[in-house]
Amino acid sequence: MTAKTLFDKIWDAHVVKEVEGGPNVLYIDRHFIHEVTSPVAFLGLKNRGLKVFRPDQTTATPDHNVPTENQHLSIVDEMSRNQVEMLRRNCEEHGITHYGLGNDGHGVVHIIGPEQGLTQPGMTIVCGDSHTSTHGAFGAVAFGIGTSEVEMVLASQCIMQPKPKKMLITVNGDLKPNVTAKDIVLYIIAKISTSGGTGHFIEFAGTAFEQLSMEGRMTVCNMSIECGARGGLIAPDEKTIEYVKGRQFAPKGEDWDKAVAYWKTLKTDEGAEFDMAYNFDAADIEPMITYGTNPGMGIKISEKIPTSEGLTGNDKVSFQKSLQYMGFSEGEAIAGKPIDYVFLGSCTNGRIEDFRSFAQYVKGKKKADNVVVWLVPGSVAVEKQIREEGLVEILEAAGFELRQPGCSACLAMNPDKVPAGKYSVSTTNRNFEGRQGPGARTLLASPLVAAACAVTGVVSLP
Amino acid sequence: MPTGRWGFNYKNMAIDKFIKLQSPAVPLPIENVDTDQIIPARFLKAVERKGFGDNLFRDWRYTSGNTPNPSFVMNKPQYSGTILVGGKNFGSGSSREHAAWAIYDAGFKVVVSSFFADIFKGNALNNGLLPVQVSPEYLEEIFSTIEKKPKSTFTVDLEKQTFTNDVTGNSIEFEITDYKKICLLNGYDDIDYLVAMKEQIEEFETPPAP
Repeated sequence: MTAKTLFDKIWDAHVVKEVEGGPNVLYIDRHFIHEVTSPVAFLGLKNRGLKVFRPDQTTATPDHNVPTENQHLSIVDEMSRNQVEMLRRNCEEHGITHYGLGNDGHGVVHIIGPEQGLTQPGMTIVCGDSHTSTHGAFGAVAFGIGTSEVEMVLASQCIMQPKPKKMLITVNGDLKPNVTAKDIVLYIIAKISTSGGTGHFIEFAGTAFEQLSMEGRMTVCNMSIECGARGGLIAPDEKTIEYVKGRQFAPKGEDWDKAVAYWKTLKTDEGAEFDMAYNFDAADIEPMITYGTNPGMGIKISEKIPTSEGLTGNDKVSFQKSLQYMGFSEGEAIAGKPIDYVFLGSCTNGRIEDFRSFAQYVKGKKKADNVVVWLVPGSVAVEKQIREEGLVEILEAAGFELRQPGCSACLAMNPDKVPAGKYSVSTTNRNFEGRQGPGARTLLASPLVAAACAVTGVVSLP
Repeated sequence: MPTGRWGFNYKNMAIDKFIKLQSPAVPLPIENVDTDQIIPARFLKAVERKGFGDNLFRDWRYTSGNTPNPSFVMNKPQYSGTILVGGKNFGSGSSREHAAWAIYDAGFKVVVSSFFADIFKGNALNNGLLPVQVSPEYLEEIFSTIEKKPKSTFTVDLEKQTFTNDVTGNSIEFEITDYKKICLLNGYDDIDYLVAMKEQIEEFETPPAP
């Protein structure tokens, strides 16, 4: 028997058919949908006279467009309101579970899936959103798809995909203090670039990942696509099993025992081959921040912004254009740079551990006067837990306010936008030009670094 | 009703056929063009596939006052055509298919680069927009041909899988899967294929009892 990687095991088990001279027809266990990439897909189904094939394997929530305050009121922006309403209507028509605003299960799609126990090891999971890779933290093959593919999955519970190549990224060693999952993934992307993973599906292995909690693993897998990969996964272990156990949609009784027995087989075999591999030492990683306009342009906060020395042609032009947009100069220090906004939230870092980390840091301190801070829990459940743990009192005493769940300032599709020219330290996943608003200048960082910056008003080490 | 190679019927052709074209090209020698630039997030609120062409490269094409930015290539009258040529790592970032729609709805049928982001490439192929990947050297030659003479034409032949610089005469062969090639040549769509497979999918879902 040939040695197989974890990715192979899951992918191969879901191939319905290999098309001659073409892609695989891959069966999808779980389909998450949200309001932005589904309307045209549902319209397409209607035009073809089709119904949703497996509504019980489909879960919906509106997250990109929703405001993060006054969610009990009607959404002000007409187009946003329309999209959110379309989702609700489409789900009602097709019998799809819909966690709308005001529902206990509502939140950012990649946060509620794992919370509800919908995300499980060994599954194939898709959603019309590139950060679907988040679910890979459970040892699932999870990836983002386009609207036509959403239509495909709605129509047939299958998708046509060529099988990607495989990459192994190993990080061994112990993390230094204040170094978090977010720093690990920013470090990796800085090392291999935003196109380093293109064409590949990544498996993250090694003690650094084993040490992470499930939430930490989700942060890492969330950003695996920022290095161009199709997705990323981490083999399930006892932590994974403990996390899923007892959640609403987790298997129960005899089904649970069967599931666990299967999940324990989900590992890469000894001697299995990968198309590409990288090895990093956890001891080399320090708190990171991005200084440029793609997630690969990151440095340790203790370092200086690189110079264009050694770059030629278009690479050099792109680099300089990026620095110009950000208002930074080559070779200058990043620490100490004044900032205007801090955003804690998103599918990358909007979970309870992120809020605990932020609250613990700001306890007894005060928010800097010159900074606007948005604290956005990733879901209603996370918000509840923040309140139950008494974190709201700590945050309010330090001058911070908690908002309501949604994608918020990650991508400027709802009222939370960063104005042009302003600097924002954000626990999100993308710092492209205009991502958080036209002209907005985004610096990606961990919740701990965001907390430090929120208190000092400048880029700071925690 | 036509039945294709895989023996299924087509209710409606979701995408236009692509066989061969000859056209001048619009050069965008910028690297890492990400999907937020191709179509900014604020335009993803549409519930129908309309108006995306107008918002292609919106924040580069128009100033904040909504007047066309004269220094952006799409606003320069000497450049036109159904071919878009981009720098390496074109289409990086989000999975938004709207990026492919915006390019297609703006009138382009081909995008050329030395490197495409995966999700964008898939989205393009699903929408009748042909991504042609060429070597960095060949890409440079295309840019310099257009710079010397903006109306230079290029010929794309899907049957032969060739891309030709009509000025220099240099031609390359590009890659495309057999399946996608047949889909594009005939205007076929993945969904018709999958829906025709319904029984096989149901069989997959319930394996035979032991």
